[in-house]
Amino acid sequence: MAPRIKIPATKYPVERFTLGNGLRVVLSPDRSAPVVGVAVVYDVGIRSEPEGRTGFAHLFEHLMFQGSENLEKLAHFRHVQGAGGSFNGSTHLDYTDYFEVLPSGGLERALFLEADRMRGPRLTEENLRNQVDVVKEEIRVNVLNRPYGGFPWLKLPPVMFKTFPNAHDGYGSFEDLESATVEDAQGFFDRYYACGNAVLSVAGDFDVAEATAMIERHFGDVPARPAPGLPDFAEPDVGEERRESYTDRIAPLPAVAAGYRVPDPIGAFDAYLPFSVLAEVLTDGDASRLVERLVQRDRTATTLGGYLGFMGDEYQVRNPTALLLQAHMPPGGDAGKVLQTIDEELDRLVTDGLKPGELARTQARMGTRLLHDTDAVLGRALPMAVLELQRGRPDLLNDLPKLISEVAEEQIVAAAATLRPERRASVEVIPGAGQ
Amino acid sequence: MTSKTLPDLVPDAALNLPRESERTLPNGLTVIAIRRSAVPLVEVRLRIPFGRAPLAPATLLSQALFTGTSGMSSIDLAAELQAVGGSLAAGLDPDRLLITGNALADGLDRTLELLAAVLTDATYPVEEVSTERERLADHIQVALSQPTHLARVALLKRMYGTHPYAVQTPSPDEVRGVEPDPLRELHAARLRPAGAVLVLVGDIDPDQAIDTAEKILGGWTGTAPDGGIPPAPALETGPLLLVDRPGSVQSSLRMALPGIPRTDPDYAALSLANFIFGGYFSSRWVENIREDKGYTYGSHSVIEHFVAGSALLAAAEVATEVTAPSLLETLYELGRIASLPPGEEELEQARRYALGTLRLGMSTQAGLAGLASMYAGFGLRLEHLREHSAALAAATREQVAAAAAKYLAPARAVTVVLGDADKIEPQLSALTAVERSAE
Repeated sequence: MAPRIKIPATKYPVERFTLGNGLRVVLSPDRSAPVVGVAVVYDVGIRSEPEGRTGFAHLFEHLMFQGSENLEKLAHFRHVQGAGGSFNGSTHLDYTDYFEVLPSGGLERALFLEADRMRGPRLTEENLRNQVDVVKEEIRVNVLNRPYGGFPWLKLPPVMFKTFPNAHDGYGSFEDLESATVEDAQGFFDRYYACGNAVLSVAGDFDVAEATAMIERHFGDVPARPAPGLPDFAEPDVGEERRESYTDRIAPLPAVAAGYRVPDPIGAFDAYLPFSVLAEVLTDGDASRLVERLVQRDRTATTLGGYLGFMGDEYQVRNPTALLLQAHMPPGGDAGKVLQTIDEELDRLVTDGLKPGELARTQARMGTRLLHDTDAVLGRALPMAVLELQRGRPDLLNDLPKLISEVAEEQIVAAAATLRPERRASVEVIPGAGQ
Repeated sequence: MTSKTLPDLVPDAALNLPRESERTLPNGLTVIAIRRSAVPLVEVRLRIPFGRAPLAPATLLSQALFTGTSGMSSIDLAAELQAVGGSLAAGLDPDRLLITGNALADGLDRTLELLAAVLTDATYPVEEVSTERERLADHIQVALSQPTHLARVALLKRMYGTHPYAVQTPSPDEVRGVEPDPLRELHAARLRPAGAVLVLVGDIDPDQAIDTAEKILGGWTGTAPDGGIPPAPALETGPLLLVDRPGSVQSSLRMALPGIPRTDPDYAALSLANFIFGGYFSSRWVENIREDKGYTYGSHSVIEHFVAGSALLAAAEVATEVTAPSLLETLYELGRIASLPPGEEELEQARRYALGTLRLGMSTQAGLAGLASMYAGFGLRLEHLREHSAALAAATREQVAAAAAKYLAPARAVTVVLGDADKIEPQLSALTAVERSAE
């Protein structure tokens, strides 16, 4: 075995300040490429949408692109792309993000566009109906018309959790989406889209003093509105094993996903981090424990995944969340057998510990992944915004490779010891195609 | 409410292309190295011409390449790569085998050593090949349940007929019939350095990185037989091909139109015409069928290039009940751009988008590596971006209109729709001649 390689860190500078109206700002200049990323995140997500309005947080995200105080419908898209840039938004369990990446000369324009919709989107009946139709097509593309749609991110939470915020379908039912009103949307904006409930971040090719002046100019007059109280979505752990299954009429082969609750990602970060490494020890690449056993040796699985957070957003999610393991199986595959083998491998890890070099190589690969993601301006702007929003700690992005490399074997073993079958919730996909 | 004015754009600085160091080694391997030091990593792309390789063995080879050497098992290889933060994987298209990966910059030597070991000494062990064969067959079976895959399969067949590009995925049964021996033979015949291009991008000294590559990969030798593919045939228009997918809640609408290579004098003008029609979100097609009518989550058109031919492909997944109205709007938008010149402002917007996204694409190690490798596969270098940018900047409204008239005319389109045929055939037949696929 070669000598252990050192996992390097990034040193992206981070500037933080808060405008008079309560908007928090993170700036991370880096002039290595002539591009800039702008992200605005709001502290509201799927878990905060009201009962009877499943899918509303995501639908509302669509409405934020439909025009605002000084912008007609379609203007946002045209102004970003007409600056040579790209845009998008996404709705997560605990936050919603909006972002642009552009050649650096488009920075002020992106700030203008974000500030304009922070003051208020144009919420009209026509735009609402149009976007309900678009979202229904999105759900058809991603869930209803494809195999394994929504597996496991929409299918496992209702097995694992009992309360509406944690358990419900974040894409929403067509019935709920169709019942949404402009008044609902206005109420949602008023309550959650306050500048005190948001973070703006900018990463890439800009001058800090100039960007600060632009931000003051465009966001300074957004009316101050306080953030709503942060809800507590905690619920008790799974007390005895829960196993459910459903038939996917399109899927040709079986699959299974299991989740185990993990420590609070924010309140107990030190205890949470080892689970992140554990997921990779178990599933990253052909030399990982579960791939070696289930895919290579037993051939009871054809692909395996392991990660933290239902949307894979391990450092951008609040409590409660889970470590997920998912396996696609060959024809006739036995989910019970796969789960039992996972238990055996976890027991072996807990009893025998890690093999020489196993932890170091896993950490090295995790380091590469983290560094790779930060090479793109949005790979800095977005996580820094969420780390500021949820932790007040955007520079955690620079520290993660080092923190990962400091996780010790005992911590991995202790984390593995908590993944007991009685704490597990799992959901099996029964193939409905060609049966 | 006071009205506010959109800030002006600061004009872009001149295009700053990174320096490409390049050397063709005595064994025929071309190595291109580029420094971008923002993160301490290195991206690796090895492109090996693979045209006309037998499809099922070639596809399985791409999945089984890293299953073992005489000295190392698949697990050893994976663990050794991981130890330097690395990962390598192979993928196939009808023109080439592409090995893609990255590692910590300090792990470049080790990554290339492991790559060399696989290139010169892959053994395709019986057990591991059998595992990969079953995995691949299962994977293809899943793909055959995905509407996007099925629609592409039908479109390629319709576009290319008997040409090698017509079938790009083997059937599960074809894969199940491949034994290790043909993989070893294919590897010996085709995984050769002559004509291959290795691209290294990252926190490296380019000249040193090439020296390293020469030292480590110099022992990889040999030439492959000519894998050149005959020119792709011109599209043959005909009735809309309807592929049945009973119970489908959406229809997959696909159209193919003539394309041209990146070096064609009309290419910049056609690129701009394509953006205006359907190549980005602010295009006429998206604004029409998504933002106005709500028929789709997204539609997109793109010029797809293979070494032996290019085509313009348009794709949208639309609700079953509005399949014909979606086709109608698509034909309308194609007809409009083919017969009327674009507006000045929409042309400028598309031009800025085309120029801006070039810069975005070069702003990361992975983006640069992908671009450099892809261009090299077409005999181009990043320097071509300068020429292409200049052509995009210079294309006139008349040239864009002429390119659109020539290439985007709906009369020249080949159309395939995958969906619930009993529900959509009557609607579609009101607009055009429809022929049901026999498969």
